Amino acid sequence: MRVHLHTAVVASAAALVLTACGSGDTGGGAATASGELSGEGTGDSCTIEGEVPIGAVLSLTGAAASYGESQQRGLELAAAQLAEKGGVTYALQVEDDQTDPRQGITLFDQFVTDGVSLIIGPTLSNTAVQADPIAQEAGVPVLGISNTAAGITDIGDYVFRNSLTEQAVIPQTIAKATEEFGLQDVVVMYSNDDAFTESGYEAFSAALEAEGVTVSETITFAKADTDFRALLTQAQQSDPDAIVVSALIEAAIPLVTQARELGIDVPIIGGNGFNNPRLMADAGQAAEGVVVGAAWNSASDNPENTAFLADYEAEYGAQPDQFAAQAYAGLMLVDQAVRANCAADRESIKAALGELQDVPTVLGQFSIDENRDAEHPAVVQVVRDGAFAVLE
Amino acid sequence: MQQLLNGIFIGSIYALFAIGFTLVFGILDRLNLAHPAVFAASAFVGIELVARGGLSLWAALPVVFVFGAVLGLVIERLAFRPLKNRADAHFAGLISSIALAGMLIALLQWRYGPDTRRFPAGAFPEDRYEVAGAQVTLAQLVILAVSLTLMVGLTYMVTRTRLGRGMRAVAENPTAARVLGVDVDRITAVTFAISSALGAVAGVLFAINVNTAQLGMGYAIELKGLAVIIVGGMGSLPGALIGGLVLGLAEVFAVQYIGSSWRDVIAFGLLFLILLVRPQGLLGARKVREV
Repeated sequence: MRVHLHTAVVASAAALVLTACGSGDTGGGAATASGELSGEGTGDSCTIEGEVPIGAVLSLTGAAASYGESQQRGLELAAAQLAEKGGVTYALQVEDDQTDPRQGITLFDQFVTDGVSLIIGPTLSNTAVQADPIAQEAGVPVLGISNTAAGITDIGDYVFRNSLTEQAVIPQTIAKATEEFGLQDVVVMYSNDDAFTESGYEAFSAALEAEGVTVSETITFAKADTDFRALLTQAQQSDPDAIVVSALIEAAIPLVTQARELGIDVPIIGGNGFNNPRLMADAGQAAEGVVVGAAWNSASDNPENTAFLADYEAEYGAQPDQFAAQAYAGLMLVDQAVRANCAADRESIKAALGELQDVPTVLGQFSIDENRDAEHPAVVQVVRDGAFAVLE
Repeated sequence: MQQLLNGIFIGSIYALFAIGFTLVFGILDRLNLAHPAVFAASAFVGIELVARGGLSLWAALPVVFVFGAVLGLVIERLAFRPLKNRADAHFAGLISSIALAGMLIALLQWRYGPDTRRFPAGAFPEDRYEVAGAQVTLAQLVILAVSLTLMVGLTYMVTRTRLGRGMRAVAENPTAARVLGVDVDRITAVTFAISSALGAVAGVLFAINVNTAQLGMGYAIELKGLAVIIVGGMGSLPGALIGGLVLGLAEVFAVQYIGSSWRDVIAFGLLFLILLVRPQGLLGARKVREV
């Protein structure tokens, strides 16, 4: 922790120095830069002289640090591969927002004045809501790689994301689960004191209605609750075909454990909060049979993904998670957009990002929709033998 | 039946938490709001002992008990003793114990980060039994047994031993006790130590029961603990036991028969009702304060 903080301090100090030096001699920096930022050719043959400056705002310390670290690895792997490919190279600068929206705002300000072509991040939707308007106002495109809350892209036409929203994943999850388990009636449980889980609940209940599944009971709890036995016993009494839960991972783990303890063996269907390897690590055997929708499937066998899995393993000696995959896909999509017009100034990246259609990525065939949100197939996973497997 | 058991198990943890709380309150007339921090810190220490130290849970529990006791001594020395001769010692102690709790939680966060922690899988046998159609885990039975043992032991100590007599003398009238040769400072320190040791064991048991430990876990139970000591009767040990069970059952049956959102409304509604009908609590004696 200490080491991390230290590094962060040094890094941000260095960044400040760079900014200070930069602002001295680049009075017309943006203009010169954009001069260097268009090149010859199109697509794969596109060559741009200068390095394309990309800023990334990630949560490398603080509560969301585990996500931020994965994202940094995904981005750096992508940047290294793109540099090897040649033609266009990216000067990727990763900064730590310390899981603090105020810090996120500061970093966005800094990147805007530094003249980056695009900002990737921030890690949390909560920070995005506060920091993205700065980029929007300055006309700098932003690509969210993990923001799933509703309304992020409503901030403005410079805000994009490649992370599927809960509203996109949940209907696919419920449709698949209904088909697979023949659901007729279910019990829904959610924590009603958190914006993320509440919006997950709304998506679940709309999806259940669309599939014609009866909700025999809706049970609420608080996000800090840890003893669910009374609630689960009540759920058990209506003898449901499945229990549908919108909760964060902290509540999900005791909830799943206690449900199995009470002898509830029907499938438990969770939202994105459940999409975390800690579920299997900490709930152990109890996690078996839990169904979770996800934006990325580690087992998917498209060529982009198999290559990514091998490269990531070789580079870091560990398996990537969804956050690493979305970050990796993010920079690859930026590269697609840059090469489309063979120009890396802010306006042309913005225009090209909006036109991305059916790009093969580790996430599957990827398109940006008219709201600048991600469009690609979600995967419905089930926990089997301590790992996420595709539900089929 | 299942709900009845759910209520008894959660209630026995409330009781164990509240018994430490009420001991300091009943004997020393001080409210120690660092108690919830002891609860959380001990759960984390217990997990550390088992996960890193490789101790079995059975070996870890006594260590945690001692850790809690030491923490109690520290709390008394730092947050209460320096203030004891002040006219507003009750209130000042209350505030300084909140401050100390904040520092303790900050230390935990610095050491462990904000993530939830748990006992490693298999630290506790996952045996389950069926009782009249309801599921009971071995962990829950152990929790009930440990809680009851500690409560009976404590009651025996307070009513039958020399130390207990000293405690009761201090509770009655500290000045008179001092005149009669009771070492009030020592009794005070020991009371804090026992109180925090109980809170520490409660913390570990709670973490086992719900398979999760968080920095804020003490605060979630703090209000319940206060409700329990008021329902049971302030300072009454058997009262805390009964109060805990009553609150646990009230919550569970509120969920069962009214709805999950009504849980706290019912639990704290009960608190108001008791305060109106029987202000001294179920087993409390009416206190006449000396002027």
